[in-house]
Amino acid sequence: MALEFRGVTKQFTTNSGAVLTAIRDVTFKVNEGEFVSVVGPSGCGKSTLLSMTAGLYQPTTGEVLVSDQPVTGPNDHVGFMLQKDLLLPWRNIVKNIEFGLEARGAAPGPRRERAMAELKRCHLAGFENHFPYQLSGGMRQRAALARTLAIDPEIILLDEPFSALDAQTKLLLQDSFAATIAESGKTTLLITHDLSEAVLMSDRILVLSERPGTVLTEIKVELPDRAHPLKRRVMPEVGEYAGQIFRHLKLEEKAI
Amino acid sequence: MSSATATAPAVNAAAPARPRGSRAALYASLSLLALLLVAWQILPTALAVPKYIIPTLSDCIVEFGRMWTSESLLANTASTALYTILGFAIGSALGAALGYLLGMSEFWEKVLSPYILALQIAPKVAFAPLFIMWFGYNAMPKLLVTVLIVFFPVLVNVLQAMRTVDRDLVNLARAYNLSRFQIFLKVEMPSTLPNLMAGLRIASTLAVIGVTVGELVGGNTGLGFLISYGGGQANAAMVFNAIILLTVIGFLLYSALVRAETRLLHYLPKAQF
Repeated sequence: MALEFRGVTKQFTTNSGAVLTAIRDVTFKVNEGEFVSVVGPSGCGKSTLLSMTAGLYQPTTGEVLVSDQPVTGPNDHVGFMLQKDLLLPWRNIVKNIEFGLEARGAAPGPRRERAMAELKRCHLAGFENHFPYQLSGGMRQRAALARTLAIDPEIILLDEPFSALDAQTKLLLQDSFAATIAESGKTTLLITHDLSEAVLMSDRILVLSERPGTVLTEIKVELPDRAHPLKRRVMPEVGEYAGQIFRHLKLEEKAI
Repeated sequence: MSSATATAPAVNAAAPARPRGSRAALYASLSLLALLLVAWQILPTALAVPKYIIPTLSDCIVEFGRMWTSESLLANTASTALYTILGFAIGSALGAALGYLLGMSEFWEKVLSPYILALQIAPKVAFAPLFIMWFGYNAMPKLLVTVLIVFFPVLVNVLQAMRTVDRDLVNLARAYNLSRFQIFLKVEMPSTLPNLMAGLRIASTLAVIGVTVGELVGGNTGLGFLISYGGGQANAAMVFNAIILLTVIGFLLYSALVRAETRLLHYLPKAQF
């Protein structure tokens, strides 16, 4: 099992001293090589799932397991990517991609080689010496993906990586990410609020409730072409799936 | 966006274009200087202002020659320049070091911040007589005043920047298993560089003030000493010359920092006009 949450509850103490339960009793599994999306209303603790998988903080109760090992802190198995590209502005692109490798004591030669390979895979060849400000938003996100893949993680965590992009860039980047991820065979957890994005890119979708977040339901997306969201986009079933999630989130009742 | 369409802004940004208006601005600036110099030469005489109140440009030039030969102007200027740079270097190194240390420990920042604020508000130049009582009439008091006056803007800028380092960037580094020191070196330090440079620029202008006050209050060398000496003799031209030289020292230090800043911070997108 690549990733497993076993009855995970996470509580935070707010500045005013109140206890806030972000997620409650969350249990799910992600198989190796699977692409799973997590959707839910805003503030339902989606990002909390991600931070706990990355080992940035621990669950209050329950367990998070990556490759059958409990997560006790930041670890080499997980790579994550946010809406912000988090590229270091003072480094050029290839040095940014090397960033994750630097804590591992790899020699500079092989490190550069590895970074250049990821750069090519993410269609950024020729931009290695550019600085982040010289690249478009979509290219910066591709560089962030290359940096994430460079450490060769077992799981990739994507926290709304497309939400800051314009509509067209988003479609193209979803397609390019899906192809790159499928080719690398990595297990992926995508956190998103875009229902159709979840349908286009995933094998399976977890629907979370409002805070405290619990898993309302799991939807298996039985459509071909997971590696090509643009091809999925024209399938009539996509709308049905999105509608199904929509009903689970009871969005209609909230629309006034 | 495909890589082909994204190339255009990339190429554009790579060529730092000098704004077209800068040449005209330079000429206008130089003309203004010429105008001021002419007015300086003509007006005092025309308005019958005595030489010991406002000396003319030529008075100052003549006095400059006299100071060069009989007041060891070069040695005095060199001394002031040396202590400006020394005080600036020591003060900003200490300020930056303490800023980074406190930036890494919220606890100590809270413990020390009221004292830092108090010291920051206290007029640093007022310490000069105290330093003279402690260390005597030598270079130590003026060095200390300079260090003290330079210290705070650097400290405050660095501390402020350390507080506002992008938490997500630090978390990313943590997730990559970077050690605390590596996070400091590879994320926090470069993130705060723009603020450090801004602090150093402010500090460079203050360094000249520190040295001058130190020399004015109790010194026997330096341009500040020449100011108080010239003032005592009602030699306004001497005071004028010393002030001009002090300005030149400050200006050179400031320019050096601006040049270093443009080189170090080349990765920040430049505003295009």
